[in-house]
Amino acid sequence: MIYPLLAQLVQMTVILTLSPLLIGLVRKVKSRLQRRRGASMIQPYRDLRRLLGKEAVVADNASWLFRIAPYFVFASTWVAAALIPTFSANLMFSWSGDLIAITALLGSARFALALAGMDVGTSFGGLGSSREMMIASLAEPAMLMIVFSVALIAGSTELSTIAGYMLNGQVGLRVSLAMALAALLIVAVAENGRIPVDNPSTHLELTMVHEAMVLEYSGRHLAMIELAASLQLMLYLSMVACIFIPFGMAADANRPLLDAVGFFAWLAKMAAGGIALGVAETIVAKMRVFRVPNFLGAALMLGLLGVLLLFVSRGM
Amino acid sequence: MMPVAWAIPCLLLLSAAGIVTARSAFGRVLIYGGCLLLCSALAIGGFDALTAPNQHLQLPIGLPWVGTNLRLDALAGFFLILVGLGGGGASLYALGYARHEEHPQRVLPFYPAFLAAMILVILADDAFTFLFAWELMSLTSWALVMAHHREDGNARAGYVYLIMATFSGLALLLAFGLLAGDLGNYAFDSIRNNPPLPEVAGVVMLVALIGAGSKAGLVPLHVWLPLAHPAAPSHVSALMSGVMTKVAVYGFIRIVFDLVGPTQWWAGTVVLAVGGITAVIGVLQALMERDLKRLLAYSTVENIGIIFIGLGLSLAFRANNLGAGAALALTAALFHALNHTTFKSLLFFGAGAVLHATGQRDMETLGGLIHRMKVTPFVFLIGCIAISGLPPLNGFASEWLTFQAVLLRPEFPQWGLKLLIPVDGALLALAAALASCCFVRAYGICFLGRPRSDAAAQARETDPWSLSAMIVFAALCLLTGIIPGAVIDTLAPVARDLTGARMPVQLGDAWQTIVPIAASRSSYNGLLVFAFITISILITVVTIHRLSAHGVRRAPPWDCGFPDPTPLSQYSAASFEQPIRRVFGTVLLRSKEVVDMPPPGDNRPASIVRTIHDPAWEGIYRPLAATIGWIAGKSDLLAYLTIRSYLSFVFAALVVLLIALTIWQ
Repeated sequence: MIYPLLAQLVQMTVILTLSPLLIGLVRKVKSRLQRRRGASMIQPYRDLRRLLGKEAVVADNASWLFRIAPYFVFASTWVAAALIPTFSANLMFSWSGDLIAITALLGSARFALALAGMDVGTSFGGLGSSREMMIASLAEPAMLMIVFSVALIAGSTELSTIAGYMLNGQVGLRVSLAMALAALLIVAVAENGRIPVDNPSTHLELTMVHEAMVLEYSGRHLAMIELAASLQLMLYLSMVACIFIPFGMAADANRPLLDAVGFFAWLAKMAAGGIALGVAETIVAKMRVFRVPNFLGAALMLGLLGVLLLFVSRGM
Repeated sequence: MMPVAWAIPCLLLLSAAGIVTARSAFGRVLIYGGCLLLCSALAIGGFDALTAPNQHLQLPIGLPWVGTNLRLDALAGFFLILVGLGGGGASLYALGYARHEEHPQRVLPFYPAFLAAMILVILADDAFTFLFAWELMSLTSWALVMAHHREDGNARAGYVYLIMATFSGLALLLAFGLLAGDLGNYAFDSIRNNPPLPEVAGVVMLVALIGAGSKAGLVPLHVWLPLAHPAAPSHVSALMSGVMTKVAVYGFIRIVFDLVGPTQWWAGTVVLAVGGITAVIGVLQALMERDLKRLLAYSTVENIGIIFIGLGLSLAFRANNLGAGAALALTAALFHALNHTTFKSLLFFGAGAVLHATGQRDMETLGGLIHRMKVTPFVFLIGCIAISGLPPLNGFASEWLTFQAVLLRPEFPQWGLKLLIPVDGALLALAAALASCCFVRAYGICFLGRPRSDAAAQARETDPWSLSAMIVFAALCLLTGIIPGAVIDTLAPVARDLTGARMPVQLGDAWQTIVPIAASRSSYNGLLVFAFITISILITVVTIHRLSAHGVRRAPPWDCGFPDPTPLSQYSAASFEQPIRRVFGTVLLRSKEVVDMPPPGDNRPASIVRTIHDPAWEGIYRPLAATIGWIAGKSDLLAYLTIRSYLSFVFAALVVLLIALTIWQ
């Protein structure tokens, strides 16, 4: 009883404390590839500390929703992240929410943030919210189609069971799984607002989506939102790792040694994912906003095709 | 005996009292207070009926050899709960809201009769009573729609509604005629004992889908709904959207699941296809709508689509003798029906409060209401989150169950089902995502931002009666969301009656987890998710306030350095929907945007014109109306013939009939 609870708590803390490091890693990789030295990997932590230390400047006509939203966004994302198996396939509370619930929790967070973007009544806030919801209206069904594919193969929507099934190694190569992976990568890029869908480091008016939505935030509120964004990136990377490359993850419960192995395997996967993301962002250019629906539509179609294949034939 | 049946005469008495006392405040309190009490009793009676044995009642009125048969079984009990809940809530709301009614004499007499008609539909156990009650329900609600008949567009709404209601009644008449067969079995019991042939059953299923579906708002029979529902006073809108559409769903379930007996697999595909299309078209049209109440009405169309997806899945499973799957899908559909009653009533109440506060239904004139009203914005937000299918509220729980039913994927022998079920899953996912977009837009434009008109800037909070109704429904949204197991267990007798199976017992499971099939397959715990979110928020708030600087400074908005003092520059409803319109609307709704930018030196203002075409109106109803008009015009000639021509027509008809008779024999 104590050990699983401890593992769950460790998971929650680790994913929270390491997620800014992942952002730092991606930025570092990008700047090295651009022949810059770049900021230190721990710069995101410094940014967070700086933001926390500053007073929060809130617009005159902001309502209570504007001030509550960052906490809700952060909490929902954190709960979703806590349900993703990272080092061990046996999470204590995994049964309280399956992959569909995780997707929907992220949806709740986005809902709150999009509303907060419209609260002050500025043109940029509305622009960001509108575009974010447009992207989500395609990314969310695509994500659910991926969930369907994986769930149909593993016979469960629970991430722990899926991870256990994938660890067993009886899955083999499947067309539908490949489609799901491709779709998941697209969705992950879109949902985290990375290039080519959105550029996290831009403040150019016409191109920003996520940044436009949170433009009015400052101080501790902005810190919450930034932390939630980095948590979400780590969540998606962990999800990809957990479903498609679960190797090294501890399959049995209550084995501290295996868990430790799983932990380092997970760290290695996250580092690899961060580097891959940095490389990908360097070699790809940002898309026009109205190219994004085609990009995401491809993900949706891939996901749906994967599910259709699975309905037609179990071996695909 | 059947105690709940007493509600019908009591409501009719209230209706009569409404005629007399309509103009006084006493009348308002009497009618709505009486309806509130009766509806509460009704909900309790319906709840009892879920587990009690079936009750029958035969009255010596109605058709001479059939009489009036009433029956209360688990299915009727569940829908009585919906009527009691929705009707009670609307009555509580109306205690305050109806104070602003200018013509109470046009609302009060019909309101209790409308409730009584809906109860009678649910209790009816023979075709005559059912159809009589169905038509009464249509007529009373039509009268309520026409309460403000002098307002723009309401007369047209009433006209379209009347036509569609007649059509729906006609289709159901045909369905019952087919079910009655040569023997004239109008009592439901004798229909159950003599199930129709499979071919006839298929036709009955289709006709019932058309008849009940046009009342519920299935695409393409939904065109009246966004016109009629918003035209009525807000508490009646809530009743029509939240409850009457469910009574239509009840009609479909009663005929197809109960009376027709086993259906063939293709019945499921038809319902699945219609449900999926309805869900997506409904939410897309809601997204393009700028009238708040009409937006809610379109969203009702979407939710009816979701309910019919569940029903279609259930039919598909049942046709393949998969009892557990059929029970799961049916439970999901009924659960969603309950949820829709709670959140749609709540949202219509909120829209009514906004309408009262500002006199506006047009979202482009609202904004900033969150500063002017204290409670309504909060409860309306809960309704928006619930209807968007987001955890931990109830909309998510029922959509999650529907997804689980899609994911069951047994070995269907039929290719139609193999291909259609995953597509429906995708349509459902798309509709859910678009719904959350739609309600971010609705809430963001109406309640957030800066006021777009003086009326919005001067808005005031509504009265305590209305608020209490909204608070009760918001609490219900949360409760059924975090303890969905209780609802699933409550629905078990209904599923057992109609599918012969039930879902596993949910209550008593540790921490109120819901497990639709098996624990290894999927589980969801709304209570824990809610607790986790709350705890995380608390931890974060405490930590942040310990770690960070405390100050909050109010300053002008930043807006990238270009804040604009006029509210015109903020995003409007039309601008918010523009990306969606471009992505989805260009094909499905043939939306178009024409920008007229005058060249330099020209002084006329620039303009942007957007046009949206409703495929149902233009593809079906316009041509249909044109054809009917054409035929009517041509047959008008017949009215001006000579007596000789008429006589020769009669003679010709006689000859043709005689020839036909000879050939026949």
